[in-house]
Amino acid sequence: MNWLINAGLLLLLAVVLAAWVMLPWPGALALAVLLAGWLLLTRRGRQTLSVANVGISTLTQRLGSSGVIVVGIAGVVGVLVSLLSMAEGYAETLRRTGGTDSVIVMRGGSASEVSSVLTREHIALIQQADGIARNDKGEPLASEELVVAANLPVKGGAPGEEGSVQLRGVGERAWAVRPQAKIIAGKAFGPGLRELVVGQGAARQFAGLVPGGTVRLGAQTWTVAGVFATGDALESEIWADGNVVADTYRRGGSRTSVTAKLADPQAFKTLKAALEANPQLQVDATTTLDYFSKQSEGVTKVLRIIGITVGSIMAIGAMFGALNTMFAAVAARAREIATLRAIGFSGVPVVVAVMLETMLLALIGGVLGGLLAWAVFDGYGASTMAAGSVGKLSFALRVSPDLLWTGLKWALAIGFIGGLFPAVRAARLPVTTALREL
Amino acid sequence: MKYLHLVWASLFRRKTRTVLTLVSIIAAFLLFGLLDAVRTSFSQAGQSANGAARLQTGSKLSFIQTLPLSLTQQIERVDGVKAVAYANWFGGAYQDPHNQVFSFAVAPNYLDLFPEVAVSDAERKAFIGTRTGALVGEKLAQRFGWKVGDRVPLQSNIFPDRSGSKNWQFDIVGILHATDKKTGGFFDQMFLLNWKYFDETTPYNQGAAGWYVTRVTDVNQADRVAKAIDALSANSDHETRTQTEQAATASWMKQLADIGLIVGSIMGAVFFTLLLLSGNTMMQAVRERTSEIAVLKTIGFSGRSVLAMVLAESVLLLMLGGLIGLGLATLIIPAVSAGSGGMLNLPSVGSGSWMLGVALMAGIGIVVGALPAWNAMRLNIVDALAGR
Repeated sequence: MNWLINAGLLLLLAVVLAAWVMLPWPGALALAVLLAGWLLLTRRGRQTLSVANVGISTLTQRLGSSGVIVVGIAGVVGVLVSLLSMAEGYAETLRRTGGTDSVIVMRGGSASEVSSVLTREHIALIQQADGIARNDKGEPLASEELVVAANLPVKGGAPGEEGSVQLRGVGERAWAVRPQAKIIAGKAFGPGLRELVVGQGAARQFAGLVPGGTVRLGAQTWTVAGVFATGDALESEIWADGNVVADTYRRGGSRTSVTAKLADPQAFKTLKAALEANPQLQVDATTTLDYFSKQSEGVTKVLRIIGITVGSIMAIGAMFGALNTMFAAVAARAREIATLRAIGFSGVPVVVAVMLETMLLALIGGVLGGLLAWAVFDGYGASTMAAGSVGKLSFALRVSPDLLWTGLKWALAIGFIGGLFPAVRAARLPVTTALREL
Repeated sequence: MKYLHLVWASLFRRKTRTVLTLVSIIAAFLLFGLLDAVRTSFSQAGQSANGAARLQTGSKLSFIQTLPLSLTQQIERVDGVKAVAYANWFGGAYQDPHNQVFSFAVAPNYLDLFPEVAVSDAERKAFIGTRTGALVGEKLAQRFGWKVGDRVPLQSNIFPDRSGSKNWQFDIVGILHATDKKTGGFFDQMFLLNWKYFDETTPYNQGAAGWYVTRVTDVNQADRVAKAIDALSANSDHETRTQTEQAATASWMKQLADIGLIVGSIMGAVFFTLLLLSGNTMMQAVRERTSEIAVLKTIGFSGRSVLAMVLAESVLLLMLGGLIGLGLATLIIPAVSAGSGGMLNLPSVGSGSWMLGVALMAGIGIVVGALPAWNAMRLNIVDALAGR
């Protein structure tokens, strides 16, 4: 009999948790309304409320042990949300870099811009293809670019410590196909000169990237002309005149990619078909949104897995902490609970009241942890070697409302399990035994 | 020590509470074991004696830029150089572009410079003698189920052959074994192909070397040799930058992520919570034993020995949970690595982690036990027995 009930409880737990994980917030809201209705409108609900009241009003007397639940769950939620915010910030930065209205063309089968090579003839063919938007003068809005890596001294690093930055050799049209790119300090590089404009993310990472400053690329000295901002992954790069970069890197007339504005969102199909139909070309065209989203996939997945693994192990610890506290709380109140049941309260109000108490503590912990993660890490600057790029990508951690909601769900789930077993034990303890205790 | 049974008995006076607390402690130290293993593997990457004796020479401009092959003879002549080899990044992937493989096109003598990678002489000969031959790391072979004699297609995400196709065929002629398991994670995953085959097949390389690996005769001379190598191409259009493999790897790891900071913050949150949780348990445990402790004192236990016993109890609690947790981590890591079929290659819990872990257990145990132990020592027998 006993083990049947326990097995049933575990099954119920699994079902509830599975449903809970998938529940969107309107569902949770409906549940909360339903619960409130039951508590206020039915006889049993009102009984529950009064039993819960006793528990909740005495919380202050058990500050230490209740604090364990709150802090434990705050810790889980804080760490989980912070780790997931890394994945979120990284993915968000790359996603923002692309759009459905522009397209990137690379040599067929290239995993990233750096590994692609396009010859001058190919570039001319690509730029004349149908579907690419044109400016007032009738020139195609397509920018051929040479993406390479450069070593630069790291800001605040040891002497001689160098990091890699993505260097993009561009022409005038690079600005036209990326309206989000704006010079925020200094001026643009002069054509044919060894001058750089640096993204503000790159300027944060590397030493000497201030307007008027000079840096050494290989054996050459380059001058920093200005700083640009795009609000996305591109500002982790440094830009210079494509011809000068090609000269420095001995690339001749070849480039790595062509980024183009589409005439209209439907033009992507036209362009892709036109490029595929041309037997002289072996290239892949993808919308920049797809390209940059894909770049973030692998890293984001790894970061998510790490976050959830760490969060789960911590959650187990916090759950047992909650169980511990609630078992003690229930044991201390065994006589009161038994008295209630002796005078006719059924088991349900007792169970629900204990659960309510635990979930309340869990909610406080979840809110606390989420807020802490938000206060400390929202917008926190981080950087990593990005997949598909050859330079450090700076990005800001992002604690989105979605993540906070995920954290709250975890908190309530931990509270649910932590409260369920003590609650059921309290309700099932034979009245006579409980009354005789102490 | 003779009171161990007494401490043990009081620890398990309330089994439920102790077991529940133990599970929390186990979870905390399991996490510590896993994260510290990752942190150590990051900080120890390339930090072997072999790594200190090997120099990596790449283009000063950037790691994607190639160098002329003529540098080989020049580097060989530098004083203090034992051997030099060159290699190129191949950028291979198997079946799916996401199944990236650490693949390098290497000079015939490349493996001479890596004494920590074991491969039989026959297999080495077969590699040099077979144009399309390839040597693959043990774990990599496991991951994809490759055996010697297999013909495997690899897709390069950078280099097409002369017809423009990026599909390359290789014949596996041997398996590489890392002899030093601690730093060998990377060698187990390597895929080596013949540089000559690579250079002749793709039109994009044209006799260039991606980087040079140099072994020095004397580790203490490594810095001088590095400077001498860089001096060879100073003021040319292919200036080089030479670092020991140790320094190069450390710099890459640092660019990847500040693992130490992340692990440190997570563990800070975990141990702060743990402090509170086990502290609460100990407070409860001592509070409900007030009268028992009074009896102990009545029959002659000194205040100091009561203090020691409570402290011992909390340290024992932490040690018990902590050792189980770290033990679990030690068991889980190889299981996860094996279960993933070589996809994940987590390092196991090293002696450094164990020592740090035990120190943490003792430290947290003492901090957690301090207040209840102090209270127990100061306990007034008369008040306690009277229940005041």
